[in-house]
Amino acid sequence: MAEMAAQGKEPEILFWVGCAGSFDERAQRITRDICKILHHVGIGFAVLGTEESCTGDPAKRAGNEFLFQMQAMVNIQVLDAYNIKKIVTGCPHCFNTIKNEYPGLGGNYEVIHHTQLIQQLIDEGKLKAEGGESFKGKRITYHDPCYLGRGNDVYESPREALEILDADLVELKRCKSNGLCCGAGGAQMFKEPERGVKEINIERIEDVLESKATVVASACPYCMTMLRDGVKGKEKEQEIEVLDIAEITVRANGL
Amino acid sequence: MTGQIVFILILAVAVWLFSKNVGKIRRNIRLGRDTNRSDNPALRWKTMAKVALGQSKMGRRPFAALMHLFIYAGFVIINIEVLEILIDGVFGTHRIFSKPFGGVYDLLIGGFELLALLVLVACFAFLSRRNIGRLKRFTGVEMTAWPRSDANYILFIEILLMSAFLTMNAADHKLQLLQFGHYIKAGSFPVSSLIGPLLPNNTAILEVIERGCWWFHIIGILAFLNYLPYSKHFHILLAFPNTYYSNLNPKGEFSNMPSVTNEVKAMLDPSFVPPPAEAARFGAKDATDLTWKNLMEAYTCTECGRCTSVCPANQTGKLLSPRKIMMDTRDRISEIGKGIDKNGQDFKDDKSLLDNYISREEIWACTTCNACTDACPVNINPLEIIVELRRYAVMEESQAPASLNNMFGNVENNGAPWKYPAADRLNWSKES
Repeated sequence: MAEMAAQGKEPEILFWVGCAGSFDERAQRITRDICKILHHVGIGFAVLGTEESCTGDPAKRAGNEFLFQMQAMVNIQVLDAYNIKKIVTGCPHCFNTIKNEYPGLGGNYEVIHHTQLIQQLIDEGKLKAEGGESFKGKRITYHDPCYLGRGNDVYESPREALEILDADLVELKRCKSNGLCCGAGGAQMFKEPERGVKEINIERIEDVLESKATVVASACPYCMTMLRDGVKGKEKEQEIEVLDIAEITVRANGL
Repeated sequence: MTGQIVFILILAVAVWLFSKNVGKIRRNIRLGRDTNRSDNPALRWKTMAKVALGQSKMGRRPFAALMHLFIYAGFVIINIEVLEILIDGVFGTHRIFSKPFGGVYDLLIGGFELLALLVLVACFAFLSRRNIGRLKRFTGVEMTAWPRSDANYILFIEILLMSAFLTMNAADHKLQLLQFGHYIKAGSFPVSSLIGPLLPNNTAILEVIERGCWWFHIIGILAFLNYLPYSKHFHILLAFPNTYYSNLNPKGEFSNMPSVTNEVKAMLDPSFVPPPAEAARFGAKDATDLTWKNLMEAYTCTECGRCTSVCPANQTGKLLSPRKIMMDTRDRISEIGKGIDKNGQDFKDDKSLLDNYISREEIWACTTCNACTDACPVNINPLEIIVELRRYAVMEESQAPASLNNMFGNVENNGAPWKYPAADRLNWSKES
């Protein structure tokens, strides 16, 4: 972004990569795939790079409102300095925080999640499912991330992105507003779970096994980690693939 | 005449006692902090009409929804009959609506009877689900002796009231057929006429049964009214204001604390002068640190357990139960209220909501997934209370789990919850 600004240019959209998308190896691949989609359709975008910082989401959910607001205000200063108007995020947690919680602190942007962008591009005819891997007839299911689904009522965009694949789509028994959490939200990602009889991601993977899907799609880096660990825990890595909607889109289009 | 005086006295005492106890609950709710829920009245009325009046969130469990609808419709519609009973009681009349309503009266009474029958069916179904079927939703650590008895008492009282109503009609109908006294032909009795043959033909006994059931029914209703403030059944009243004051924002959005905003602004900009604010805790340690809306929700909760049954933490055996959060909040604010009644406004005890009622283990098990708030048929939000308790633990006590303190440290120092330097943020672009 700094380079673009130095050249006096403004991006059509800012891609907010997020911490997982920046540092987590698995999520980095999703980040690169989102970039591929943006390049493919010719959207001029920028990333903040080293100037990006945690939105403060995990701090806020864990009760550290001070730390959250410190992060938020610094981020808002950076975003406003670059005159950012529109943001696409690779993570439902960043999406929710910037979209819903930054306006009250003075940060007003049009914020969309990458699955919403993909849906728009499909609707505009700019993205199809051709030229790449065929998902035809593959049994695919979708796990709703809490902060995309219940948190912000985004249920249809990711599903539309799957519908063009001509695949055998199947819903999990707990889906949409009744979807089961992967277990990572509310800062659980960063701590050990409390005492119990089972891990939440194992409970969730059992829903996936029941659906007999061979691909479970998601749209959140935390869900990605939890679902993959769940698949590993059930020793089903050979049978079940966990993929982000962006990765599926890239594969289907051979980008 | 004596009957009328006795009736008016009973009615007055019942109404007085009820208003007194409702006043206490209202006072307790107002012990909470202020929050603004008066914006957008049009959407608020709509939400109330849809969720409370229209029961839109009950449908997910169709059997319970149908049974609940019977009791709900019975409660609302049979109130027309109760109004007639009240007028008859005060003025010493009998079936006063029968003349002005004409033919419609037959339809009304017939309708009430069918509803009463459906209420009976639903009550027996609910009783058997609770006590014979032992539905998992109705068990759990918070479902101790009192909440379980409370549920059974409510169903039992409703069965008694409906039985009295039908028996009264049966006797009345029989007296009408015998053209006895003032029992003029009025109403149709599709259900009670089936009980009729079981009753004796002696008009004196029939009149005793009719009057007895009439008194039992109305005194029962007034007693039930006065049971409400002590019971989870209070939801029949609070469901309406509670849904009116619903959170209208996206569920994922958590409140930004204005007290923190001022401090953060002052930190980032030394010239910023924060407006004077009253010294209040960050977050909630006790029930009085919560908002009046949190407390209203606590009194609205009818302990149905839909929240707990969808909670990912609870389903995997953790201690957290969103229903317990609501019940604990209600019990604690009621305890504080009782203390104020006894010892005056400045009442303090050495207990608090956090630790004495809700444990740390419970609040840290929450994934903030919003399944509980989504599941609640009357838009109660246990998650907000959990987050307020976390805020207190973190900002007032620095008592977060150690691993979360590490995460805070990372966010503070390198702008990410993990220990990676900010300089490496763009490394993802270098490989492919």
